[in-house]
Amino acid sequence: MPKKPVTFTLNGSERAAFADDGQNLLEFLRRGVGDLSPKFGCGQGGCGACTVIIDGQTHLACLTLAEAVQGRRVETASGLATGTLHPLQEAFMEHFAAQCGYCTPGMLMSAKVLLDHNPSPSREEVIEAIAGNLCRCTGYEPIIDAILAAANATRRSA
Amino acid sequence: MIEFRKEFFADERDDNLNEIGKPTRRQDILGHVTGRSPYFDDHLFEGLLHIRCVRSPHHHARIRRIDVSAAENMPGVMRVLTARDVPLNLNTLLSLLDFGLDDEPLLSDVKVAYKGEPVAAIIAETEAQARAAVAKVKVDWEVLPHVLDVEDAIKPGAPVVCNVYPGNKFIYHGKFDHQKLRYGDVEEAFARADHIVEGRYQMSPIEQAPMETCGAIAAPEVNDRFVCYTSTQGLFFSLGTAAKLLTMPSSRLHFIGGTVGGGFGGKVDSMHEPLAILGAMLTGRPCKYAWDREEEMQVGAPRGAERWYIKDGVMRDGRIVARKFTGYFDSGAYTRLSSYAIIKGVGHLPGPYTIPNVHADVFCVYTNRTPATAMRGFGITGVDFSIEVHMDKVAEAVGINPIDLRILNSYRDGDMKAHRRLAKNCALIECCQVVADKANVELSAASRASASMRDGGGERARLPSRTATDQNGSVSGYRASNYGKKGAGAPQPPSPPPAHSVPPGPAYRPPQPQSAPVQPHAPAPAVPPAAETPRHGALRFSSLSGFRRR
Amino acid sequence: MALHRGRGFASINYPIGMNLGGDPSQALVHSNPDGKFTVALSSIDLGQGMKSVTRQIAAETLGIPVGDVYVDTADSDTGPHCMGSFASRGTHRVGNAVIQAAQEARAVMLEAAAEELEVDASDLVTDGRGNIHVKGAPSRTITTMAACQAAQFKQGKTVSGRGIFLIPLSEVDPETGEMTPVSCFAHAALIVEIEVDDETGEVAVLDMQSAYEVGRALNPKLVEQQLIGGAWMGMSHALWETTEPYYPDRSHGPVDFNHYLMPGPGDLAPHHISVLERPAPDGPFGGKGPGEMCANPVLPAVANAVYDAVGVRIDDLPITPEKILRGIRAMGGARPKMRLGRMHQPGTR
Repeated sequence: MPKKPVTFTLNGSERAAFADDGQNLLEFLRRGVGDLSPKFGCGQGGCGACTVIIDGQTHLACLTLAEAVQGRRVETASGLATGTLHPLQEAFMEHFAAQCGYCTPGMLMSAKVLLDHNPSPSREEVIEAIAGNLCRCTGYEPIIDAILAAANATRRSA
Repeated sequence: MIEFRKEFFADERDDNLNEIGKPTRRQDILGHVTGRSPYFDDHLFEGLLHIRCVRSPHHHARIRRIDVSAAENMPGVMRVLTARDVPLNLNTLLSLLDFGLDDEPLLSDVKVAYKGEPVAAIIAETEAQARAAVAKVKVDWEVLPHVLDVEDAIKPGAPVVCNVYPGNKFIYHGKFDHQKLRYGDVEEAFARADHIVEGRYQMSPIEQAPMETCGAIAAPEVNDRFVCYTSTQGLFFSLGTAAKLLTMPSSRLHFIGGTVGGGFGGKVDSMHEPLAILGAMLTGRPCKYAWDREEEMQVGAPRGAERWYIKDGVMRDGRIVARKFTGYFDSGAYTRLSSYAIIKGVGHLPGPYTIPNVHADVFCVYTNRTPATAMRGFGITGVDFSIEVHMDKVAEAVGINPIDLRILNSYRDGDMKAHRRLAKNCALIECCQVVADKANVELSAASRASASMRDGGGERARLPSRTATDQNGSVSGYRASNYGKKGAGAPQPPSPPPAHSVPPGPAYRPPQPQSAPVQPHAPAPAVPPAAETPRHGALRFSSLSGFRRR
Repeated sequence: MALHRGRGFASINYPIGMNLGGDPSQALVHSNPDGKFTVALSSIDLGQGMKSVTRQIAAETLGIPVGDVYVDTADSDTGPHCMGSFASRGTHRVGNAVIQAAQEARAVMLEAAAEELEVDASDLVTDGRGNIHVKGAPSRTITTMAACQAAQFKQGKTVSGRGIFLIPLSEVDPETGEMTPVSCFAHAALIVEIEVDDETGEVAVLDMQSAYEVGRALNPKLVEQQLIGGAWMGMSHALWETTEPYYPDRSHGPVDFNHYLMPGPGDLAPHHISVLERPAPDGPFGGKGPGEMCANPVLPAVANAVYDAVGVRIDDLPITPEKILRGIRAMGGARPKMRLGRMHQPGTR
């Protein structure tokens, strides 16, 4: 099977790996690179469990070709903590915003992009930001609360 | 928006404990927010192979021939599995409790009874290669008439869905084709009731929809064992099922799970573990078998449909004096766990109310659809929907506030319940009162003064002076199995020697009737062929309940 | 064309643990060299919090801080048998097994402490903060770590315990259904307020007021997680979800999340929950299991609210706009009932 070299930045580190022809970014990150934090939920672009950040914007890794990240900057939940936990991680812990935890990495990515662009989101803006991330456990309410709390905490410490 | 109403039942609790009652953070939360919680698929294996199943496009069809030769020659294909590769290709999940007859193959080879039933499995280097090879398997189908409605399925002449249960009904206690509940005499009470309220209720199948689909990865381990990473909800349930189907001592299996991306009942069925381990046995390489989302939704067992008929006899003041249920659980093509849910559901009737006359006939019915299984509230959600909508109709019929009606009929500590045990630890009345208060619904003085710990027992603890029983739906030719066994009549005959001994090795084919013609529904006394189905006692993994097959 | 408000009520109870019993679970507890404890299980955490609740139960029983306990699950080589995580049995059954195992381990720990302090073990108490001291004499004290280390490295004792909980399998009378189904029940009552659009048939859930009786809330935040998420699922079951929209016809089956519908974060209703705690006599510290039952009252409450709002009885789940519109059309228009009064004035949410 033909392989393509892909060089990119993953959570701030230079990475190079070979992608199978037509391989999606989710499989590439998980099995090719070994970053298991993006999750397979549907492979149809319908659940958001595989959400990653590419050059500052959310993307569904299951619908992105691996080779499309050549030379680009990819962020995943496994890189969210840099020495200390990110305020979103602290807030998700404090607000019991995860049960099974399977949607959490993707949810955090969507929330991070929101807060990076909009440090003071309204509740409606939070809802809009995570509307593509399904959660079957929590009923969303604690997740919304956690993201709003993280925004507050970030503003206070800024 | 949550409050803890500590003033209720305060004298029954010690609220001053060190750790209990504290809002301690979850042990697993750090793993969740850092993306490091290890779900079954978060284990990397060199040389991982992928399994995809060939599935029936028909609701009901006989398999004339399966031709896998083209698929075997597709790129990346390591092996194609069919029924003959499964050491013991017939199981029922609750055989671990010795409940019910083995009825479901892992890979079918005689016929299929639902759209999506697996008949072969491709093991390939990549998932894409496995999918491509699935499309190359040629199956010669003989399409059979099918039945999809529960009440049609139990009519005489209906297509036989599962040959093990030719009447399309599970057999309870070796005695009846349904589970009975008889308490008092509903017909007598209906005759003197002021109102009769009747209803029919239907719940369609519902998908558990965990964000992580069901799956397992198995790999050869040292010392001739196999490790299996799994999303199961019951580690030893799945381990025992795999040991049985693979005719392997359970000590050769090492199951690892416990961190699961949601289950909601849909991860009990143990469909993936046996096939993944079989793949690892036959290829010597790690094998992953997991559903994609489409399979999870249409092939993975849902919360099954239920249909309920309820008839109440009600007095002018709102007291319900009789309640009669007829229930149909749509089990789909095989039993899985529906038979269990019915006993659980019957033990729950007539809901949280003290009703002096209760009657229920509940059927586990086979239809040509995806088998049903457990989901959050299993055995209860559907009938509670029915009961509570029905209560609303009763309230309207007698002109009483719906909450007053509930409190009036609510069970209280010391009341006799329809399954003939005394109620204790009740709290329905208090829940009703709290909600009415919060929502500004004015209750009657009697409702406000009611309490779960008052006015129960006494007369209400008495068993009915007379209970109307019957032998409707009797069957013969079946033996009672252990789970829930009682009153199975004469002492059980010694187990006949199995009609088919289980040969070692991979070529075993399950006993199946030679054909599945459209059989007329046999009236009860006929001895059905199912009686001869051997129960694979030697393979029972009996740690679950401590009950061994006799 | 108009929006119609309605309220619906339902109350339920729910059996805890596997029907008829016969569903054992086991636990092993042991001290590590540093005096922290590991609980080994083969029970499954599906998100319901199995690891967390058993950890608190173990800590409470051992008399040590929760941070000194780690729950390891599920590995069939090291975790003893558990029936599984279903039938609302996890907290009740596994919790009881953990208590038994932790009690045995605690007894060894106290024996070891007694030997070190040269007192009788029955005179010792734990303070829950990592210390063991003589009743009434707090200065005669030893840390749980020192006691566990003395046991393992000086006295030659394993600080460990085994636990199992089994309600023996009971039977069912085939003629009458007489049985002992379960040992305790959880309870709930709920009022939902909705708004029905008689032009589109769409239902918006506006508000939920509930009371859940769950036995002792072993961890109030874990209980809250279940009740909020479970009521959301109940709302979803009532109005959105099915794999067979035209059951028993199998057509139009969804194969992705664009067709299998569930309410999203924009469809939530405020949910005002009151928790009542009547301890289960045989539950671990009185706990029951709130996870399964919390969805159940929402389904009928929504159906009853639809009737209240527009006079259409939908007895078939899910309550889709199509069914509501057909019902309204059959009656020649909506017929509001308003039997439970109104929670919100329109426009005052």
